[in-house]
Amino acid sequence: MFSRRFFLAAGGTTAGFAALGLPRMAIARANTSRRFVFIIQRGAADGLAIVAPTGDPAFQGVRGAFAEDLRGGAKLGSFFTLHPALAETAKLYGTKQALFVHAVASPYRDRSHFDGQNVLETGGSAAYRVKDGWMNRLLGLLPQGEAKALALSSTVPMALRGPHEVSSYAPSALPSASDDLLARVGNLYESDQQLHGLWMAAMETRMTAGDLAAGAGQNGAATGALAAKLLAGENGARIAMIETGGWDTHSGQRGRLNAQLRGLDQLVSSLKTGLGADWANTLVVVATEFGRTVAPNGTGGTDHGTASAAMLFGGAVAGGKVVADWPGLSANALYEGRDLKPTTDLDALIGSALSQHYGLDPARATTALFPETRGIPLREKLILS
Amino acid sequence: MNSAAIALNRFGIGARSADAVPADGRDWLLSQMGRFEPRPQAIAAVPPRREIVEQLADYIAQQRDGRQAKRQTQAAAMPAAAADKQSDGIPDSAKRFLRRGIRDDYLVMVGARLSSALTTNAPFVERLVHFWANHFAVSADKLPIVPMAGLLEFEAIRPHVLGKFSDMLLAVEQHPAMLIYLDQAQSIGPDSRAGQFIAARGRQKRGLNENLAREILELHTLGVRTGYTQADVTEFARALTGWTVSGLGRGPVARLLGSGPTGEFGFAELIHQPGDRMIMGRRYGQSGERQAQAILMDLAANPATAKHISTKLARHFAGDDPPPAMVDRLTQAYLRSGGDLPVVYRALIDSPEAWAPQPLKFKTPWEWSVSALRALNQTEIEPEVAGALMNQLGQPTWKPGSPAGFDDIAASWAAPEALVRRVEVAQRIADRTGSAVDPRALAEKILPGSLGEPTRTAIARAESPAEGLALLLVSPEFVRR
Repeated sequence: MFSRRFFLAAGGTTAGFAALGLPRMAIARANTSRRFVFIIQRGAADGLAIVAPTGDPAFQGVRGAFAEDLRGGAKLGSFFTLHPALAETAKLYGTKQALFVHAVASPYRDRSHFDGQNVLETGGSAAYRVKDGWMNRLLGLLPQGEAKALALSSTVPMALRGPHEVSSYAPSALPSASDDLLARVGNLYESDQQLHGLWMAAMETRMTAGDLAAGAGQNGAATGALAAKLLAGENGARIAMIETGGWDTHSGQRGRLNAQLRGLDQLVSSLKTGLGADWANTLVVVATEFGRTVAPNGTGGTDHGTASAAMLFGGAVAGGKVVADWPGLSANALYEGRDLKPTTDLDALIGSALSQHYGLDPARATTALFPETRGIPLREKLILS
Repeated sequence: MNSAAIALNRFGIGARSADAVPADGRDWLLSQMGRFEPRPQAIAAVPPRREIVEQLADYIAQQRDGRQAKRQTQAAAMPAAAADKQSDGIPDSAKRFLRRGIRDDYLVMVGARLSSALTTNAPFVERLVHFWANHFAVSADKLPIVPMAGLLEFEAIRPHVLGKFSDMLLAVEQHPAMLIYLDQAQSIGPDSRAGQFIAARGRQKRGLNENLAREILELHTLGVRTGYTQADVTEFARALTGWTVSGLGRGPVARLLGSGPTGEFGFAELIHQPGDRMIMGRRYGQSGERQAQAILMDLAANPATAKHISTKLARHFAGDDPPPAMVDRLTQAYLRSGGDLPVVYRALIDSPEAWAPQPLKFKTPWEWSVSALRALNQTEIEPEVAGALMNQLGQPTWKPGSPAGFDDIAASWAAPEALVRRVEVAQRIADRTGSAVDPRALAEKILPGSLGEPTRTAIARAESPAEGLALLLVSPEFVRR
């Protein structure tokens, strides 16, 4: 294998390698200062409220009172409007450092958080089929010395698990219990009917809990600042994953989502500030396990749906646009008569963004990251070269 | 569970691994009644009541001055911005100072309570203290109760836990914490001199408050739906007027109301509703303070009270659905002895239902924390840590949120998220203990003859002693009693 030294040296001569017809991957490996941050929105974020298709003729009618929340939101072209709580994000869009992708979904088509997140994180075609995460496999595509990854939680989330070493860092004063202990407790409770039931329920909800909404965005800002500190500079980590929860808005969605998005907005903004010069080489991907119903439910919220929106941020992003093959919101255009129909494959989006970011061969990268789905890479230019 | 494990964990508050396992569980419980300390060192060291009430009086006076200043400001029609700036005329720093002091007092008392539980030589009686404090619950949601809730337990419960129920009842209802919490201190008889004065001035705002009267009947003595009527509640409330706290208010009126030493129970004739009272068909012709006292004594002797208390005790020791035969036995012991609590406790210890070998109760967060710390022979804990621990586990000390106290059934505590919290806390406790303890030996010591094979195996196969300890603390045998 190539040594790190070799790649650093090769960095200055990429043109030469390309001219010799070497695989793009080898050249890309020299591209060492790139940062990648994956922000998972656990709980199924409502893409239709975040990047709202206000230009769709059916939008106002089907969303009812929720549509009012978009007043004052930044216009993303003539068709979409950004939720007003994402004020800093709107500025990134203005400077072409934010890109939104709509009607996007992982291959998962049922509506369980637990299974949906497993598919999103393992990159498999169905839950529990693949045993490690696509972020860990990404480390295998990068030069060893640069493949430093970090999870911002006391346990390593599924997306980062696998044979490549990953460190974790928990900012909270209240560390959550280790995965190993949780697994052992689960085993111990198997023969106890009451505790077993409680434990299963706890593990299910644990995936959707979070405090992004707390402290008027301060928690989000603190998380972003911490991540930046760990990622910035020569010795910083190159890849990080940040878990956010609280997106499961079955009731009182307007207020809750507003607080959630304010937290996310602060998180991204403080990440940018904290990364300083490294922001120019950074790609942030924000994605959720699935979307929410098009129509609000009876408790001021929305229920589990299918397609949602994904977001790309960073100085490396070819932003200032919304990428969508828009399926429409009219009744007959909906998936199973209730959800936004997926028209873009989330795996393909992530694979394409990463291969463009790291200069990897798109087909090979997508195959390595998502061996079961091997989505067709997007043609769209997502990352500045 | 064998009888030693039941005595230690179901009747007691958890075994300390440093202590010998009792040879005879029953004898061990009975002997504790002779060695219980009502005022152990940790509790003797908390700030005195007088100091706390003075602090509160300052705070209340500050609030009142603030409100007056605000009214004057508004009356002077100052521009809104300027009015905002000095919203109540009191510097924020002064407010913060008082609040911090009050909060510190609370934490000191939480620490003292826990410390006493960790070091006691009479863990069964200590459990009974916690039981009664929850029966006579006040909740530190209202600011004045924050520093006072602990005092109620230390001053009104502990000295009477091995006495007569009627004495405990009287001490509780005359305690400033209860008088303030259930709004008795401000209740004014409509025909009292103060009441007539208020009526003449056309002020309708202040008058009779039924809160304490109702809760005494419903929660402290007879129990809900036991035959008393709204008329009985109102009559009792009238009889209770005049029961107040000295030194709580400042100014001329306050001086008229309470002439006793600051922070003591006081009777203020000026607000007491004159005349006889009729409650549940009985006439009370006493004057002054003695009228409500006589009612309380009759309530304590009422068979409905005996049954209510026996039901709660049986639920606490023999399971969420208390066995009726046991409830009857305790009720008879209560009535036969005139509410002598040790007689009732003996009937409790003699009830076979409370010695069932299978666990009967899911530990509350308080019980679980105390037993975990005792298992590790911890003798004290920093007040801030104690307070934070109980908040995290969902049972903030003396803060049940209602005068009904915390629930004493599993359904309220055995919840998914609560279980995860316990696992997290267990891991923290275990990480701190590290490999200093062999969890296999500890398990056999604190849960003698009670350990199931899955737990024994899980502990033995843990990857480290700390992990084994964490598993022990969240094992089915340890989260129940």
